[in-house]
Amino acid sequence: MLRGDIDTILDWVKQGSRVLDLGCGDGELLAALTEQKAVSGLGLDIDAQNLIAAVDRGLCVVQQNMEDGLFNFNRKSVDVVIIAFSLQVLTRPHNVLDRVVDIGNEAIVSFPNFGHWRSRLSLLLSGRMPKTKALPYSWFDTPNIHFCTVADFEQLCDQLQIDIIERKTSENGHILAKLWPNLFAKSASYRIKRA
Amino acid sequence: MADAKAQSSVGIVEPKSAFFDEPLYLKSGEVLDEYTLVYETYGKLKADRSNAVLVCHALSGNHHAAGYHSEADAKPGWWDTMIGPGKPIDTNRFYVVSPNNIGGCDGSTGPSSISQSSGKPWGSLFPQVTVEDWVETQKRLAEHLGISHWAAVIGGSLGGMQALEWSVRYPSWLSHCAVFAAAPGLTAQNIAFNEIARQAIFSDPQWRQGDYALSETVPETGMALARMVGHLTYMSADKMSDRFGRELRHGSFEPNDDEPIFQVESYLRYQGSQFAGRFDANTYVIMTRALDRFDLAARAEGNLAEALATATAEFLVVSFSSDWRFAPSRSREITNALLASGKKVTYADIESDAGHDGFLLEDSDYMALVRAWMQRVAS
Repeated sequence: MLRGDIDTILDWVKQGSRVLDLGCGDGELLAALTEQKAVSGLGLDIDAQNLIAAVDRGLCVVQQNMEDGLFNFNRKSVDVVIIAFSLQVLTRPHNVLDRVVDIGNEAIVSFPNFGHWRSRLSLLLSGRMPKTKALPYSWFDTPNIHFCTVADFEQLCDQLQIDIIERKTSENGHILAKLWPNLFAKSASYRIKRA
Repeated sequence: MADAKAQSSVGIVEPKSAFFDEPLYLKSGEVLDEYTLVYETYGKLKADRSNAVLVCHALSGNHHAAGYHSEADAKPGWWDTMIGPGKPIDTNRFYVVSPNNIGGCDGSTGPSSISQSSGKPWGSLFPQVTVEDWVETQKRLAEHLGISHWAAVIGGSLGGMQALEWSVRYPSWLSHCAVFAAAPGLTAQNIAFNEIARQAIFSDPQWRQGDYALSETVPETGMALARMVGHLTYMSADKMSDRFGRELRHGSFEPNDDEPIFQVESYLRYQGSQFAGRFDANTYVIMTRALDRFDLAARAEGNLAEALATATAEFLVVSFSSDWRFAPSRSREITNALLASGKKVTYADIESDAGHDGFLLEDSDYMALVRAWMQRVAS
């Protein structure tokens, strides 16, 4: 698996929680959560094919753009809102972050870390926007319009008065990623809540 | 009958009928002492009776949802795209029950039936029936068939309203509820279109206050006009442009009496006259009024989430992007109310240029979605 966040999220979500998975894609994560953690889950996605795939997994999904304000979800209506690897596709990620910490008692956010040394080195040496196995798109044709680094994300949380409860990086066992996540973590997962 | 024998069709089907002599107390306060329901079934009821699915029809629909009535039949039932062996509502797995609602004109007791008290057609004297009344009759039909639980209740448009009604009226009766291209209640604009249709019928001299059958006439002109208005609102502007554009019937604007000049005129007139020939005017009036009167939220002072609170089924709500008669926003209203009251719900807005008719037509995403969702109904 290219993404290191799934196991972390599976580990974090408590048994039987009410979960809202924003940008649930084909429902892989939500299906795993349903199976392993018996969550009562709802997925949100805008893509019809993703929706059909998620329904095929037996999930409940609603076709909706999470950037439309999520006004149909009440404050504190779920235990945890998940934004797994979809923060970077949002037009206004800060608005969504600010909203999800109200909808959920907490939120789990994961994203690829653009501060990873490979991305930095690639840009430094080639002078071109980095492409990786996990993120193979060209800059002009990518759904990922808002990449950020671990340091960027933490600063935004601070600015939005969001508390970071816990952080886990994809190479958590690795001493370098632990010491300097912004440089050595390929991706990062956060548990956050409204301060 | 192109594919009645094909694997995906239920083939030749025969309507059945059930007679009920237990009085039906209608929402209007009136009583129907006895009535007949005509229905069709497809597939086999399992020994444990766990696979029954109720399909509710819309304004101009009837019990003939799938298959053909004879070898010579040119067109299959109205939802043949959806119902059949291997189709999204798979008759290899489900026992599908499709009744014609009372007030209709295809065999179930309605204004064109003979009233046993007068020995004449009911006509104007047939009581106004409602979505709630239909659900009552459908429940009685289920009991008549030995069914005490629906694996799913499914309907589009006015049929979707019946599915919604089932979910709150008899929650323990159904585990799944699918509501396509529907609304929790009509908008003013939607009621207005129905009123135009009714006024078209009423203004036909042959209407005779609804008792046209006594003089053996039919308000055909009014019915045709009503249908033209209705049909127009079921299509999208884009689809009409694609299909007809500004195409002329004879290549020029001949000032030729009453002849239609544009293809779209000709099409609408054809649709109107076809419908006037097959559908009863009183039924049309009753059905549109049933549509107008349904208002789920009103039962909880406008709070739809509260009105849906008693439901226990898992829901599938589907809208069609170009449907402006039952707009996607209305389906989202249902979805959001269900979410707010903590129900399990899946919602999709199918990208389609077919307008309101989208729920009746073949569309790969729509079919794939319903097929995928029906997996959980079967298990």
